[in-house]
Amino acid sequence: MLEIITPSVSFFVLLSIFFIGAISSLIYQKNDSIANFLSSFFSIIGSLCGLFFSVSMIIYGKNLSFIINYPYSSFFKISFHIDLLSAFFIFIISLISLFCSIYGVGYLKHFYKKYSIGVFGFFYNLLIGSLLLVVTASNGIFFLIAWEIMSISSYFLVVYDRYDTDNIKAGFLYLIMTYVGTVFIILSFLFIYKYIGSFEFIDIKSGISLIPLSIKNNIFIFTIIGFGTKAGIIPFHIWLPAAHPAAPSHVSALMSGVMIKTGVYMMIRLFVDILQPIPVWWGILILIIGSISSLLGVLYALTEHDIKRLLAFHSIENIGIILLGLGSALIFYSLNMPELALLGLMASLFHTLNHAIFKSLLFLSAGSVINEMHTRNIEEYGGIIKYMPQTAMFFLIGSMAISALPPFNGFFSEWLTYQALFQGVAQLNLSFQGIFIIAASSLAFTGGLALTCFVKAFGIIFLARPRSTKVSSIKESPLSMRIGMGFLALMSILFGLFSGYTSRLLEKIGKDLSIFKDTNYFTSASFYQGIDIKNSFASVSAPIIFVVLIIIIFAVIFIFTFVINKNQKIKIENTWGCGLNLNKRAEITATGFARSIILVFKGILKPSIQNEVEYHDADSRYLPKSRVITIHVKNIYNYYFYQPLRNIINIISLKTKNIQSGNINAYISYIFISLIIALLSVL
Amino acid sequence: MFKLFFKIFKTKKNLVYLNNDEKSDIFLVGQEIKVKVKKLFKGSLAIRQIDAGSDNACEQELMALSNSFYDIERFGIHFVASPRHADMLLITGPVTRNMAKAVKDAYDATPNPKIVVAVGDDAISGGLFAGSYAVSGGVDSVLPVNYCIPGDPPTPKEIIIGLLKIINEVDIKKSEL
Amino acid sequence: MTILIWIIQLFFVPVISPLIIGVIKKIKAKFQNRQGSSIFQFYKDLWKLMYKDEVVSKDASWIFLYAPFIIFTVTIAVGASIPLFASFLNGPTSDLLVIVYIMAISTFFLSLAGMDTGSAFGGFGSSREMTISALAEGGLIFSLLTVALVSSSTNVFIISGINILNHSQHLLSIMLAFIGFFIILLAETTRFPFDNPSTHLELTMIHEAMILEYSGKRLALMEWASANKLIIFIALGSNLFFPLGIAQNISWLALVIGIIVFLLKILFFSTIIAILESSVAKFRFFRLPDLLITSFILNVIAIVLIN
Repeated sequence: MLEIITPSVSFFVLLSIFFIGAISSLIYQKNDSIANFLSSFFSIIGSLCGLFFSVSMIIYGKNLSFIINYPYSSFFKISFHIDLLSAFFIFIISLISLFCSIYGVGYLKHFYKKYSIGVFGFFYNLLIGSLLLVVTASNGIFFLIAWEIMSISSYFLVVYDRYDTDNIKAGFLYLIMTYVGTVFIILSFLFIYKYIGSFEFIDIKSGISLIPLSIKNNIFIFTIIGFGTKAGIIPFHIWLPAAHPAAPSHVSALMSGVMIKTGVYMMIRLFVDILQPIPVWWGILILIIGSISSLLGVLYALTEHDIKRLLAFHSIENIGIILLGLGSALIFYSLNMPELALLGLMASLFHTLNHAIFKSLLFLSAGSVINEMHTRNIEEYGGIIKYMPQTAMFFLIGSMAISALPPFNGFFSEWLTYQALFQGVAQLNLSFQGIFIIAASSLAFTGGLALTCFVKAFGIIFLARPRSTKVSSIKESPLSMRIGMGFLALMSILFGLFSGYTSRLLEKIGKDLSIFKDTNYFTSASFYQGIDIKNSFASVSAPIIFVVLIIIIFAVIFIFTFVINKNQKIKIENTWGCGLNLNKRAEITATGFARSIILVFKGILKPSIQNEVEYHDADSRYLPKSRVITIHVKNIYNYYFYQPLRNIINIISLKTKNIQSGNINAYISYIFISLIIALLSVL
Repeated sequence: MFKLFFKIFKTKKNLVYLNNDEKSDIFLVGQEIKVKVKKLFKGSLAIRQIDAGSDNACEQELMALSNSFYDIERFGIHFVASPRHADMLLITGPVTRNMAKAVKDAYDATPNPKIVVAVGDDAISGGLFAGSYAVSGGVDSVLPVNYCIPGDPPTPKEIIIGLLKIINEVDIKKSEL
Repeated sequence: MTILIWIIQLFFVPVISPLIIGVIKKIKAKFQNRQGSSIFQFYKDLWKLMYKDEVVSKDASWIFLYAPFIIFTVTIAVGASIPLFASFLNGPTSDLLVIVYIMAISTFFLSLAGMDTGSAFGGFGSSREMTISALAEGGLIFSLLTVALVSSSTNVFIISGINILNHSQHLLSIMLAFIGFFIILLAETTRFPFDNPSTHLELTMIHEAMILEYSGKRLALMEWASANKLIIFIALGSNLFFPLGIAQNISWLALVIGIIVFLLKILFFSTIIAILESSVAKFRFFRLPDLLITSFILNVIAIVLIN
């Protein structure tokens, strides 16, 4: 049966399903519910097909490669190359878009009559289709075309809710940053073309020795900037916290879970596959970028009170963790330790998958809450667990997964990343060991700070008493949204439980890349379906942990509820407030919760506290009526990177402005001087 | 720091020992606490002390219970911070009008089984402040009190003997109030 | 026979932990020239709390009601997975990172339970607890990583099975890592100078503030879990850094010696903790991160010194 699914025809069927979905929802845009049904139906069917296709490709182990020779030109051919790495990314894309589309069926209902659902369906299906094209394209020009389609369709989805001017500004920033990145990507492809003479990835790979090392270094820098802007590494991440809140929730989930991973995919494709052999400092730079992104991402996430901006900063943090795995893989391969490089790559891929799952879950459940509350500010939430218990449960599972608590999937991918870094500390000599120690410490601190941030987020949103009156009128989200979130939560648990099996498959995927053709595995299947590192350094077993915890917790609950003091009575009373009436002002606020840790890191975050007081009587200023305390945080990347850049550009522009003096005699002299220079250079 | 340790070891023991036949004036008000409950608290008793507008004389004596002379911890009795953790509420002071609701809240927040003890003459009947417009006149106007320990203020020794007698089964004079 | 040892290992930590709390309190009382409560007082407290009714806040949700069970489960599960008196066992949950992150589950639920009732004390207790825990996690992983690198395995049973005299060239690293670990031990088990476990002033509470709303059985479980955590950290500290006297094979004599040596080590640690608590005051909250970062830096130096 696998033979039927895997030929190239099925891939085109897959792409065309999304294309049909896009066009049909545009045709029926006059009728909102038909357009919603059509776009959701086709995207769900397409995602299911994508899932089957990618899973069968991974299990069957074959690579697909085909070229369409139309239009006949020397550098632009529509060529695809689907190896196991692309199949893995197709799997991620299909999985997330399946559940986001199911969620979208219920979610889009509140956009009816306001905006055109048909246009939304068009761009949504186009986005998913272009994501599939991006991870399978094998020609530079074709890749850039697919990249453009992805950027444009996501831009239109970001500004979909256009009555809010903040969204328009966010979309504009997103567009600019995307194009800055695309410019650098085009530059790097042009450099490659100059030395190789072709845009085909296969030709580039076989002819890589034609590129001199200094140009290769330049290509590396341009590629890091270009794909890093899409992935969201610091300091090119400024579009992420602006664009993700602006988009509708399931588009945010898709963007954060899948679209930024295409940046990671191209980095893996270029640095591990196409541009090898690479100097060792490339891996070191990626490791450093990963450490900085993860730490700063989570620190800025702690200061946020807009739930979606908080989740966007966590995406930056997790991209940092993915880059830690990738960087360690590159360093190990450059130092001739391919087994450890495979381990690092495996950790990086596993974390990509896991992050896609739990970040989408978090965005979807945050979206359900925002849908009901109509505000994104968590200071107005509170006590929502009583009104939306299932959404609260899904958010809790997402929080536990992202904080790397066993037995959810986040723990196992962070475990693998730790193992790759620990091997680096154990086996390398002093100079590299220092870099690995820095990376491991950033990972350790990131884990702790992420836990803090999600305790704050979950506690302030869902627990205790409501902090505003809007909470009393909310109700649980519709069934389709809950199905989407529920299945993602289930995926999170399942990928945690079956992490041993998943890591086997990921090793197979990693080994498919040509540099690892002869590598032995560094991990092996343990007896209990877990992961074992070679030379018995470490081992973990997911099912055992799960079973042990479940058995003990049931035993504890049984003993202490039914055996000891069966007749205990539980009385429900007010919270003890030392005799005072507890209103909503007595609860901890998000600002108060995060204040301690912000002040601990005040060297990096540079907070400033503002006090606004309103008095009952403005003249005597004795009895305050209300007091608002705001903690502002200075964004250091803004201050140290973008402001100086802006100032330099301003200064240069002002100096260059002097050329335009408005005097026509000066312009004629410019023409005369340039003619003389042209004449001299020809002679 | 070592000079400190040396000083500690050189200090003499100054514990106040109690005899079995010490007299005390505690009396029972309201309902008798069931024997089963007293057996529960015999080994460990957690006390939450509430100051219901008192003149702090009783508080000073209660604070003295934790020092090295009277050392109430050796009987398994300790003070806790929250009424949810407490078994016994020790209330001092005539319950002023502003504190009446707070005392009631603390009583509701304490889990059953619980004992309420009024310590000091002010708490029993209003004491010095009886009849004032600002006080409710004794704890039993607000809560059902179980035991009273009289005195203005009672000495720490009297308080300890009273507490021990409350949680042990001893003949206690029932009040005719 | 191995089954018997596993069963003993499962019940050892919950049974012994109240005794150790009693010992620490007794030593502190002696330093204050008092007689203090008996060393079995905590058992009596737990027994009494089990038979009391509970009062639950109406703002609380299922997280408040089930958090004590989850936290207690975590301490039992970790207590059974670490080397107490025997180092020849091999458990699948004994990986270093697994232990650290399973204990993070208990911190997670404890903080959520503190915030769940909507009282101000629980809220800021959770905030402080998470601040300290976030910074302590780095130090904890690195101090355990040092001994893991010395014995080339992250399985805590294998680490405790090494003969420390064979690795005498790493003695300085192990000492530095132990000092770092000791600071983390004080932080995570809420001892001085991080937190005062017997304070009545809510403004100074960290761990106590989160359990102010608990009563009855759930309070007993929370306090017991806190005592278990103390034993777990002492066991990790004594058996990973100084694994002398631990049972290396399965004979009766080795096991008995192992249990006695372990009890002696726990008593030694509790004496040190009690002396520390009687002579040092609790630090101001914003000086605590400095202490935690010091611990982290000591551990990093220890790792670099291994090679």
